[in-house]
Amino acid sequence: MMIWRQASDTQRRDISLALLTSLLVAAVTWEFPGFAAPHNLAGVFDDTAILIMLALGQMLVILVRGVDLSVAANLALCGMLAALFNRAFPGAGVWPVLLLSLGAGALLGAFNGVLVWKLRLPPIVVTLGTMSVYRGVIYLLSRGAWVNENEMSGAFVAFTRAQFLGLSTLSWLAIACAAAAVVLMRRSRVARNLYAAGGNPEAATYSGIDVGRMQFIAYVICGAIAGLCGYLWVARFAVAYTDIALGFELQVIAACLIGGVAITGGVGSALGVVLGCLFLGVIRSSLPLVGISAFWQMFINGVVILIAVLLGARQRRHARSILEAKA
Amino acid sequence: MMQALRRWETMLAAVLVLEFVTFSLLSPYFLDVDTLSDATFNFTERALVALPLALLIIAGEIDISVAGTIALASVAMGFAADAGAGTSTLLLIGLGTGLLAGCVNGALVTFARVPSIVATIGTMTLFRGIAYAALGDRVLKSYPPSFATFGQGYLAGPVSIELALFVVFAILFGAFLHGTRYGRAVYAIGANPVATRFAGIRVDRYRFALFAVTGLAAGLAAVLLTSRLGSTRPSIAQGWELEIISIVILGGISVWGGKGSILGVVLASLVFGLVTFGLGLMNIPGIVMSIFTGALLILVVAVPAWLGRR
Repeated sequence: MMIWRQASDTQRRDISLALLTSLLVAAVTWEFPGFAAPHNLAGVFDDTAILIMLALGQMLVILVRGVDLSVAANLALCGMLAALFNRAFPGAGVWPVLLLSLGAGALLGAFNGVLVWKLRLPPIVVTLGTMSVYRGVIYLLSRGAWVNENEMSGAFVAFTRAQFLGLSTLSWLAIACAAAAVVLMRRSRVARNLYAAGGNPEAATYSGIDVGRMQFIAYVICGAIAGLCGYLWVARFAVAYTDIALGFELQVIAACLIGGVAITGGVGSALGVVLGCLFLGVIRSSLPLVGISAFWQMFINGVVILIAVLLGARQRRHARSILEAKA
Repeated sequence: MMQALRRWETMLAAVLVLEFVTFSLLSPYFLDVDTLSDATFNFTERALVALPLALLIIAGEIDISVAGTIALASVAMGFAADAGAGTSTLLLIGLGTGLLAGCVNGALVTFARVPSIVATIGTMTLFRGIAYAALGDRVLKSYPPSFATFGQGYLAGPVSIELALFVVFAILFGAFLHGTRYGRAVYAIGANPVATRFAGIRVDRYRFALFAVTGLAAGLAAVLLTSRLGSTRPSIAQGWELEIISIVILGGISVWGGKGSILGVVLASLVFGLVTFGLGLMNIPGIVMSIFTGALLILVVAVPAWLGRR
């Protein structure tokens, strides 16, 4: 109890979310004892790995008062690029594919970023537009056809599935991203500037931080992660087509918001976002067990987003209403 | 400023003429009363939602849940039709669901103080999510025959009921926005909400009402679309939020609030409807058209920003 009283709001929120997720795991295990078996939990984590990486990228964008609705379309486009490149050069191995998807994703993110930075366009309008453009481009590239597993090289598919210490490469990548994010978000100067630019843009400008440039950086990183996840997604499910990850951006945003990232910018932690992803991941993998169809996933995302923003709105009013006299 | 606005609308009119000339040269079937009457269905339902959404954006808010609302209202009507509801009951259910969805948005923004972008991202997911959860991969299509009148019926000659509704509502919204003090208040709220509140205008009441009306219009669009298609799937009107917002912004409504006219939105609806119809005539698939819609949305916000920077 001592710890609880001394904890900050963020820590309390993270602890509550971790407890809630554990309770959920315990409840599902009560009914289905196999759920908490190590290999099953490893599977649940593997299913959540891409969400974790995407949500960490999205967090950066939301921190600087933006939002990136185009992440899922970016992912699908880079995934298709990776699959087409692999089909054309099956012997090239995994590294060129990784670089290509990462680079292409960063470019797509940079396009969003430039429009927000240089023309100061509203992020929601820009990314709503690019979301649609990127999806259309996938269709043009693939001519509407699927790239199936038999058109993918062995190394292309095997990379994400290789096991190490009981976890897949995909899971280790997510762990590496999460660990890097937790450390960098606390220690690095770029991260501090991101928080400053989102928390109070005017003050940040006066202290020499280029707010627009920080927004640009956030979009580029978010895009690069989405691009990398494109390859990972396509390799993991061994198929690429126009509609992969359709609507997944909403789950990514839901994970950020439930993880304590404030949509008004400047507030949020990497640990919270990871916990938010695990919470959604556990819900998603227990749905079929308790007999709820996957069609409920979107409904759950909606409820999660609304609860998170309602809680956020109330907290803001209590804690910061005096500071925000202007709003 | 008035001149700049006038120029934007003149430009839209010029684009419209250009489209007419291009398409009539490209396709011999284009300049035909029946073809053009068919073409109006490409925009009437979206444009009916674009009108109130324009007011909402002028007031500095946004609603991206409109397509989700259409899906929700269509699913509600589908289940009611399954239970044997008549045409007038279906109409009420469609409109009522839309109004309710709009009120939820309004309450989130005014009472709960959630920024409209996130609030409507949430409700967009929720409404579409309810549609998917309730329907799964099923299709509802036990609509009574007379229900088809709304979306397939004609008022007189080639003038469809949908087109007539659009014309009536465009005039009503234009008169409200440009001819009444309430309309002026909408501009004031978008330009400076704090000053408007100090001027004694109940800003939150306007915001709530605008969200409610936008929801109601989405309900009407759901009635028309469902009646025209004769069936409901949870993916109905997928991606329409993008197209509807594109129409509004193409119409010269500033995304920063406080600027724009209904005439612009009407012209933009025609431009948009003709382009998608023309692309359809040239056998361009819908997903490729989404490149066009997305690029158009970015261009119409980017070009004024680019020009204004210099």
